[in-house]
Parts: sequence; structure tokens; C-alpha cells
Amino acid sequence: MFGYTLRRIIYTAPVLLGVAVVCFALVHISPGDPLISILPADASVDLQNRLRVLYGFDRSYPEQFILWLGRALQGDLGTSIATGRPVTTEVMRAVANTLMLAAVATFIGFVLGCFFGFVAGYFSNSPLDKAASAAAVFGVSVPHYWLGMVLVIIFSAQLGWLPAAGAGPGGSSQWKFDMVHLSYMVLPALTMSVIPMGIIARTVRALVAEILAQEFVIGLRARGLSEFGVFLHVVKNAAPTALAVMGVQLGYLLGGSILIETVFSWPGTGMLLNSAIFQRDLPLLQGTILVLALFFVVLNLAVDVLQSALDPRIKR
Amino acid sequence: MADISLTQLQPLDAVRSAGYWQNVGARLVRDKTAMAAAAVLLLLVLAAIFAPLVAPLDPLDGRLTNRLKPIGTEGHLLGTDELGRDMLSRLIWGGRLSLLMGVTPVVLAFIIGSAVGIIAGYAGGWTNTIIMRTIDVFYAFPSVLLAVALSGALGAGLGNALLSLTVVFIPPIARVAESVTTRLRSSDFIEAARASGADALTIVRVHVLGNVLGPIFVYATSLIAVSMILASGLSFLGLGVRPPSPEWGLMLNTLRTAIYVQPWVAALPGAMIFMVSISFNMLSDGLRSAMEVRQ
Amino acid sequence: MTTQGAIMTVRGLRKYFPIKGGILGRTVKNVHAVDGVDLEVFAGETLGVVGESGCGKSTTARLLMHLINPDQGALYFDGKLVGSPELPLKAYRRQVQMVFQDSYSSLNPRLTIEDNIAFGARVHGTPAQEALSRTHDLLDRVGLDPARFAGRYPHELSGGQPHPGKIERARALALRPKVIILDEAVSALDKSVEAQVLNLLADLKAEFGLTYVFISHDLHVVRFVSDRVMVMYLGQVAEIGTAESLYDTPLHPYSRALLSSMPSMDPDNRTQEPALTGDPPNPIDPPSGCRFHTRCPVAADVCAQQVPALTQRAARHLVACHAHDPASGYVAPSRQEAAE
Repeated sequence: MFGYTLRRIIYTAPVLLGVAVVCFALVHISPGDPLISILPADASVDLQNRLRVLYGFDRSYPEQFILWLGRALQGDLGTSIATGRPVTTEVMRAVANTLMLAAVATFIGFVLGCFFGFVAGYFSNSPLDKAASAAAVFGVSVPHYWLGMVLVIIFSAQLGWLPAAGAGPGGSSQWKFDMVHLSYMVLPALTMSVIPMGIIARTVRALVAEILAQEFVIGLRARGLSEFGVFLHVVKNAAPTALAVMGVQLGYLLGGSILIETVFSWPGTGMLLNSAIFQRDLPLLQGTILVLALFFVVLNLAVDVLQSALDPRIKR
Repeated sequence: MADISLTQLQPLDAVRSAGYWQNVGARLVRDKTAMAAAAVLLLLVLAAIFAPLVAPLDPLDGRLTNRLKPIGTEGHLLGTDELGRDMLSRLIWGGRLSLLMGVTPVVLAFIIGSAVGIIAGYAGGWTNTIIMRTIDVFYAFPSVLLAVALSGALGAGLGNALLSLTVVFIPPIARVAESVTTRLRSSDFIEAARASGADALTIVRVHVLGNVLGPIFVYATSLIAVSMILASGLSFLGLGVRPPSPEWGLMLNTLRTAIYVQPWVAALPGAMIFMVSISFNMLSDGLRSAMEVRQ
Repeated sequence: MTTQGAIMTVRGLRKYFPIKGGILGRTVKNVHAVDGVDLEVFAGETLGVVGESGCGKSTTARLLMHLINPDQGALYFDGKLVGSPELPLKAYRRQVQMVFQDSYSSLNPRLTIEDNIAFGARVHGTPAQEALSRTHDLLDRVGLDPARFAGRYPHELSGGQPHPGKIERARALALRPKVIILDEAVSALDKSVEAQVLNLLADLKAEFGLTYVFISHDLHVVRFVSDRVMVMYLGQVAEIGTAESLYDTPLHPYSRALLSSMPSMDPDNRTQEPALTGDPPNPIDPPSGCRFHTRCPVAADVCAQQVPALTQRAARHLVACHAHDPASGYVAPSRQEAAE
């Protein structure tokens, strides 16, 4: 167990290095001089050159990378061009909002996905299974940004029940746990939950059908175990995989929230990325992507390690 | 039991058997859901190809006095958009770019990813380690994030969006290709082929490709749905096609402001994306189950 | 380096399979699969190879085919070093072919039977038409009607029949090889079918002037087909001799134990040797000295210390055992000592 964990962590190190390289390269695959966005339009050649040296853009790529990585490791991701604030501060505030939204969405998706999956797996090939499977296909096929729009149309534009955009009244980005703030979260969280719902439902359906078809389950039934006992047994066996899928999905939502956050103007990393892209704020773009990718890698690592701890069959 | 006696009675003299893909095709044709999905896709593709003939009006021509008409308006069956352009015509024309943007990255990634994965799987050893560790790095980004990051850094535009999406889909396809090739490599008939003195290229061409391309292809078709959603998503964010070109994602974006005026007209482009994406998913599921029955 | 009359000569063949372990995935141990094997295969003979599972029989077969690269050792064919410019691997593989276990997994499921068979010949530049007609002749020769089977796919053959094996044999013959290595070629067959196949193999051998290396765990079958027999134990040759000499007067204690475990048809002819007990030792850390000493009923001190050399002890009969080497300092343990 400990050996596996350690080995898994060591295998993650080169991946993290690669992630850093990709994020570093983002600025350099961007067309044009990286200085242009920082400079005032009428900057003199002298000023240009001084800034170039100041930002290290006159050095070779490997040198620049090492300097950049060294600063990033100390938590310094540079300064946002648009706001002039440190990128780290901006990203961390946005990450908190995104994390909250993604966690709630994953939870809803997990509950719904498990329900549909269990129903479909228990009554496989019945009309119930067909309906639940259709819900799962819907979940993985629907363009979620469009679903968000449709929900806004129904619940905000038509019925007027729920707010359409933002994370609080008056466009506030300060989150509070009260009914008003929660009402702002309902639509984006529901929209977001559709993707993990579909995937978890598919996984759970397959797991449940597979477990029920196994001979020892038939044996348990034959020995008169109650249906509830069989159910508990299935839950116990399906849980590690389902939880692992949930963990991975949380990571996907963290990084994949950009479209939904744009639809709902949710003040998270998606909005941050969106504005970074359109203001050509490359340090902010780079920093946000790096932080999200790090979250994703670490989350996957945690899921792997936890799963191997939960599931004694996995000996790796 | 009747089956067995029939097989025994049947003369075995049918010299040439139907190939594997013919059998898969025959099973797929019997799958009603998959065929319905295929029909929908065929219809949309044909409409897009023959857009100049099918579309009732010019997709770029609109009058502001005529803007945001509801569905069912005389002369504008599906209403008009925020600039007064005919929605039906724009949706038909929009299929061209949307389908192109959704399918092309997967086709490119299928070619490149299969090649990379088969090389890694067949070569093994260090070649495999280097290729697969590089792929792992791209796996460390959620696909939406990677697509947005790349096209955000490269700048908006059709070409950059296609490039970004191709890069997003190469790693998953390469991983599948690598794992099926690795499994195949240790099989007896590959050893037998090596024992006959064939070089690696010949073995890959004759014995590996025929056995691995099927599973990789099915996997790739399941990615088209994702690719459709992602590609239109990039346009929705303003990272793909530029206005005024009709494209479903972009139309959805520009119509967002109209959801309080003509909500159902505004939702139409998304419904098209959804229809294509769910059809590809059902077709891919059908193909998968048609291929699973092996014997 | 090569022996007169030998079509294949093997010198000092060694193959270890690394076991990765630890946090950094370094090689921590090695499986000593084949460890210093010397042997000759004479033109026109059938050399049987026997031993318990895990003794390195199959690895030896794959090394002979160069499907895996040896760590050490050399392989000569017709006096030429295999893999040298004199005899490139491709040219060697046309002359030496391998028949795998009788199973569908040795056939490419996406190719028709004739394409499976003709592949090798096509690789070596036989024109398509000729390769095809040769394939049909061979199918006929191994007992499959080409008109009915050539255009079919492997999975369409009826189960339980020795068809994959027939196709395998046709494939091996398609290159017109001089030597065929048969790795457990009849092991998966019913006894009734096995006899037919063995007869066919004998006919084919006579017809095409073949040399066989016949690997099997079945001692009866090996005796039936072989001119000479090699006994392997934990990756090394224990004993090698003519089939008669080896089966009638086995010299190595391991061979004796192995043969005594063989159910005899004749009750009077049963050997009195104690049967083998326990599993073979782990090939990761093979025993010192003679590898068999941990299970040997007549092991002495010297057996744990020195590796016995394979030495000729009778006509065309070599054995690696200290008990048969007067110069080894071997002192037979008394019955009591052995019982302790």
C-alpha cells in the first residue's frame, strides 16, 4: 500500500513537469511578441529593450522556463496585465468559486447517476432500464452550455423563479451560504451535474449488472438472503469504482467549467479564463491553466491511491 | 437444437466467407436505433452539402426591421435572428462549418493517434515509454481546458480551433491504440508471423492493422459527439469561427442576448448540436455492439 | 564451433527475464529461464525435449527461432552463425519454422485460412499465384479440403476439431523449411486425434525430408516420435541421449524420477525409483551447484557446490551428474543418511 502510493507519487512528478512545460509553452505558441500586450502602444525601442530584459524574454527558452518554474514553485505566477494584480491571488479566488460549484454539481450528478444506474442495472433490459439508459445518453450528448441556456429560458425568463446569472445579488462575487446565494447556484450546478450524471449512470449500470450476474450473488439469493441484503452487497462492491469515477469527474468539471460559467456569469476560473483570452492577458491564462491542471493531476492521484486502499482486489 | 441440425445439414461448400466488416455491417443495419441515428445524420449532412439548393433564403442577408421573429412566421419558418436573418437558412448553412469542425479533428486525431499508438504498442520498450509518458502529460488536462487553453493562446479562428481540437483527441486515441496493439503483440499469430521472417512493417500492415483499427475506429466514433460539443463550444466562446459565418455554436452565442425576447429561436442552434451529438453517440453505440459479437 | 553432421548447433544459450520491482522499477531479480544450454540437432532426426512446466522448454524453442534475443550464446545453422551477414535472420527463418500449440490464437482472425498460410511465402517473395496454389496443396496434404476451407475465417471452423493445428502445420510447411520446431504441438488434442496427427507428422517428415525439434511434456509421445531425447531441468540440460538409451537406462536421477512417474502399460516393467516430490525450485533463485540437488534422492555434498558438466557416459548419451563422474569426488550417501 505504502509502496504503491510512493511509486504513484514518483510517477506523477514527470507528468507535473510536462504540465509545466505545456503551460510555459502556451505563451510562446501565442502569435506575436509576448511583450506587445504589456507595452504601451507608443513605447520607445529603449523601453522595449529594458522590459524585454526585465521579463527575461531575451534569454533562451530553457533559461526562461527554469526562471519561470522557479518563481511558480514559490507561488509567483506573474502579474495580470489587465488588472495589475498578482495572478496567484486572482486564480485562487476564482478557484474557490469554481471548486464550490463543481463539488455541488458532482454531488448532484453522483446521486442522480447512482439512482439511474442502479435502476437500470437492477432491472436490466426492462423499460425502466431503457429509460434510465436514455437519461444517461442524454447526459453525455447534450451540449451543457445549451442546456444551461434552456434552463435559464425556462426558470428565469419564463417562470422567473431563479436568477439567471452571477453568484449573488448585484453581481457580487462574495459567496455566502444563505438562501439568496444558494438560489444563484441552483441552475449552474444542475446544468453542470448532467455530465457526471450520465457517466456515473453508465458506470454504475455496468457494475451492477456485472455483479448481479456473478455466481456468488446467485448463490446468496439461493441461500435465502433478502433482496435488501443483496442490494447492500451490490453497493459494497460497486462503491469503490463509482467513487473513483466521481473523483475523476470532479476534476473534469473543475477544468471544464468554462462554458457553463460563461453562460451563467459565475465568477470562477472559467470566467477568469474567458476574460484572460479576450484581453490577451497571457500570464493570467497561463497561471489559471497551470493551477487547474495541477488540481486535476493531484485529484487523479488521490483517487487512484484511495481506490487502491478501498478496493482490496486492486493490487498494483 | 434446430440450429445445430441446420448447420450440420448445410453444405460447407460456400468457398468464400463474408469478411468481418461485412458481418458487422449486416448487424448494424438490423439495429433500428443506430439506423435512425444514421438517417438523421445523413439528412443533416446532405442538407449542409446542398445548402445553396435547400436553404430558402440567403443566410447572410437580413433586415433589422425584421429581427427576432418567432418560430412559424410567414416566410421564416423558424423565425429570424438578432440581425433579421432567416434562422432556417442559417441552421442549414451552419451545418457545414459545425459538422466540419466536429468531425475533422477526430478524423485527423484518428490517423495521427492510431499511428502513434500502434508504433508505441508494437515497438514496446523505450519507444513506448517515451511516447506514452508524453501522452500522459496531455492527459493531465481536462479536454475542455486543453482545447480552450490552446485555442485561447493561438488566437481565435477556424484553423486554430481545428488544430487545438486535434491535439485534444490524439492522446485518448493513441492510448486506446497502444493498449490494443500491446495486447495483440504477444499473441501467437504475431509470433508466428515474426517466425516467418517478416519485417516489422509488413507484420503491422498485414496482421496488426486489421485487428486494431476496428476497436480504435469505434472508440474514435464515440469521440465525435464530444468533438461536436467542444467545437461548437469554442465558437460559443468566440474562439472558433468568426461572425457573420453561420455556425451553430457562434449563433447560440450571439442569440444569448435574445433569450428574453425570442427564447425558443435562441435555443434552436443548440438543439441542432444536441441532435447531431446524440445521433453520433447512438450510431457509435450501435457500431460497438455490432462489433462485439465476434464469432 | 559446430559439430559434424549437425544442422543446428547451440552453444551456451542463456536467457534471463528481468523482474522489475522497487519504487524505481529497477531489475531486482532475474528468472533464469534458460541458463547455458548446449545442443546439436542432426539433419533428419527428431529431437524430443521434455521436462516439467517452467523448465525452459518453450523459451528454448523461442530462442531457437530467435523470437526473443538470447542474453548470451550462439546459434549456428548449417555451420553458419545465425544473424551474421552470412546467414541473415530472414534467410534463417525460411529454413526453420515453428508450429505453435494447437489453438485458434495462432491464427490471425481477420485473415482467411489461405491468407494465414500464404503469408510467410509471400514475405519471402513467392508470387501470389504460386503461394496460393502451394497453400491449397498443403491444405490438402494436412487433411483440409481447400475448396471448403481455404476461403474461410479461422472462427468459422467447427470447434473440437484439430483444424487450427492442421492450418498451423500447413503454414509451417509453406516456406519449405528444413527444420520444424513443434512446441507442444499435440498437447491440446484428444488421444484419438493425437495418433492421427503424429502419423501425419511422420509422413510429412519423410515426404519433405524434415528435421523436427519436438517439445512436449508428454513422455509417451516424445518416446514415440523421437530419435534422441533431451531432458531439461530449470533451464539446463540434465541429460541427452538416444530415445532407447535414455528411456531404457536413464542416467540422471531426475530423468529416472521423471520416467518413473510415467504410467507404464506393463506392470512388470515399473521402475522402483521414488517419484518426484514437491514443486521444482523457483527459477528466480535456482539452487547452487547441481540444480536438482534439492530434490535428488542421491545428492551428496559436492552436488550443492559444483555445477556438473554435461559429459558423455554412454554411446551418444550425455549426462550432467556428479554421480556418474568418477573425478567429481562424489560419495554416494548411505540409505540412512538419505533418510535423515
